[in-house]
Amino acid sequence: MQRRDLMKLAAASGGAALAGPALASCSTSAGGSSDGELLLWTHSAGNEEELAVTDHILESFNDGQDEYTVERESFPQDAYNDTVNAASLSGELPDVLTVDGPNVPNWAWAGNLQPLDLPAEVTDKFLPSTLGIFQDQLYSVGHWEAACSIFARESVLEAAGIRIPTIEDPWTREEFDEALERIAADTDYQWAIDFATADIGEWYPYAYSPFLQSFGGDLIDRSTYLTAEGALNGEAALEWGRWFQGLFTGELAGIESPVGGEDFNQGNAAMAYNGNWNALAAMELYDDMLFLPPPDFGNGPKIGGGSWQWAVTSAADPAGAGAFLEAALSDEFVAEFANTTGLIPATEAAAELTENYATGGALRMMVDYSREFALLRPETPAYTVIASVFTQYTGDIIHGGDVQEALDAAVSEIDADIESNSGYGF
Amino acid sequence: MTATTLRPRRRLWAYLPMTILAGFFLFPIVFMVIASFKSDHQIFADMDSLRAFLPVGELSFANYAAVFDRVPFWRFLANTVFVTFSVTALGLIVNSMCGYALARMRWKGRAVVFGFIIATLVLPYEVTILPMVYLVANLPWIGFEGVRPVLEIGWLNSYHVQIIPFVVNAFSIFLFAQYFKSLPRGLEEAAAMDGAGWLRIYWRIIVPLSKPVFATVTILTVVTSPATWNAYLWPLMTVQSEELRPVMVGVQYFFQLDPAWGEVMAYVSMITIPMVAVFIVFQRAFIQSIASAGMKD
Repeated sequence: MQRRDLMKLAAASGGAALAGPALASCSTSAGGSSDGELLLWTHSAGNEEELAVTDHILESFNDGQDEYTVERESFPQDAYNDTVNAASLSGELPDVLTVDGPNVPNWAWAGNLQPLDLPAEVTDKFLPSTLGIFQDQLYSVGHWEAACSIFARESVLEAAGIRIPTIEDPWTREEFDEALERIAADTDYQWAIDFATADIGEWYPYAYSPFLQSFGGDLIDRSTYLTAEGALNGEAALEWGRWFQGLFTGELAGIESPVGGEDFNQGNAAMAYNGNWNALAAMELYDDMLFLPPPDFGNGPKIGGGSWQWAVTSAADPAGAGAFLEAALSDEFVAEFANTTGLIPATEAAAELTENYATGGALRMMVDYSREFALLRPETPAYTVIASVFTQYTGDIIHGGDVQEALDAAVSEIDADIESNSGYGF
Repeated sequence: MTATTLRPRRRLWAYLPMTILAGFFLFPIVFMVIASFKSDHQIFADMDSLRAFLPVGELSFANYAAVFDRVPFWRFLANTVFVTFSVTALGLIVNSMCGYALARMRWKGRAVVFGFIIATLVLPYEVTILPMVYLVANLPWIGFEGVRPVLEIGWLNSYHVQIIPFVVNAFSIFLFAQYFKSLPRGLEEAAAMDGAGWLRIYWRIIVPLSKPVFATVTILTVVTSPATWNAYLWPLMTVQSEELRPVMVGVQYFFQLDPAWGEVMAYVSMITIPMVAVFIVFQRAFIQSIASAGMKD
């Protein structure tokens, strides 16, 4: 390397040296605290709408009393769990934090959370699926719920002569299969339905396991929470696996469909199994949108329940954190989240305060689907492993793997994890 | 066939595969930049054709404007530049001195110490990260309340937790030691006879003769260290304050329930530009450093 090259390198880095002292003055500290100061962590970094409502709640609480002051720190959602786990390891948990519903049992079991001591009149009005309960104790409450439904266009279904299902009379398995076949045969769509299979986060257990449960199977035996044997590889589960695989091998659904129902949005798929958070965008694209209930595969229609919720950590002063949560869980804030983010309000009173979810609103059916069909993902600390294993082996099934082998392997891995954790307290 | 007709043909055969390979390597970057000017809807609509790599359709700077709304970009960039510079500069001093002591000074047990340092290269970073988090969470530090020094416990949520654990680098020590071994011993013996001590010999004789290895270590540190430009996992686990976060953690800000792909492409284009600029300026040194990293003189 020439001398001038080294000089250039030094010059390029020089700005950083000058900036150093100014930057260094910004060091701050985290961790739960007493003396009236509460630290709150959210998973909403980069989500301006959610942060705006959270900040409004904080401002309202801080201005409304002088005993406690709440400060916020936000983290990106996809990296949030790793950050909280690291903070738990290093003893730096905040006082209040957001937690994704299915993770509540795991974090409670790990000792990261403390049970909530909130008055019943505050929590009773919330949708059951927005309450995080582990071993009969309430650990978290959510401002909102999310719901999946079948996105479709009225004109497409009518042209294909397909009955439009209702919440009282959803499609049966036979009707659903026939609808898919008819769309494939009678229309120019590349795919009859879009399952957004490229989304390999927690989408697979959230979106696809309710089909399994409607067939009569489950991710785990919920009577003991000690094994997945029989639930995930029994007859009902095998039937689900073969049916689900058939959608892809029969080319009714795409194996690599993009995240967020893009095949439906682009006009490549006639329908999509999608979340309510994408409903408003779809309504902007098509003026004859329908949000249909999931089919009944024999044990009633099912959808996944449990979204992001608020919890109090084991490091917190329970009085201060409880006072904050009680104020934060008012119907006005629940409605504000729904209006701002498009998610389903967790209380009936709040729903009536919104445009889309009030009686007669364009997305009102989502509240009803949540109330009627939502099934929480298994309330066990093992869920984090179950979710990962289910994603892996459902991927194998989608790609044409042997259904029995895939489900047996999934059961084996889940059971081994439960055993190595001494049953997770069950 | 004469030499004059053969040469262009040979050149053609040499350049053809290189051009194809260059195309493969350029495709992702071209796609990234082009997509950063398109809406999410258009990105997916163009995905099935060559349009994905062409600036066609409705183009705008909307994604770039949205990046600044979503992320404190300049703050993240300043943090990354500061941490990268600090880790690199301190690493050059500490690791070169360590390499010097191992390569040139005679002391009992240096072979064992050198072997021990090299052995740490076997451990993947991901294996040591959790114990490291636990360690830095319990280390003491002298902070200041006004001008009064106070003893604090824990390094988390600071700049020094992003810098100090990564200053010492076994591979850098190895590179320095190997290079220093190749220098003629007569030079430092002459300096010693003139009364120079170890530190003066290091500073006056060894360092000026070792510019290539300093350049190599500088570039490899900036490009490959888990604490510099590409720092992600470590700051994710040890830094809670948004004001201290580096650029790579910022990428996650765009992945909500559904990713904002156009904004992701705009953001990664923006954080790639400084590295591309550094690469263009130091292209020759970079290639030499890669070549020399695997070479023992």
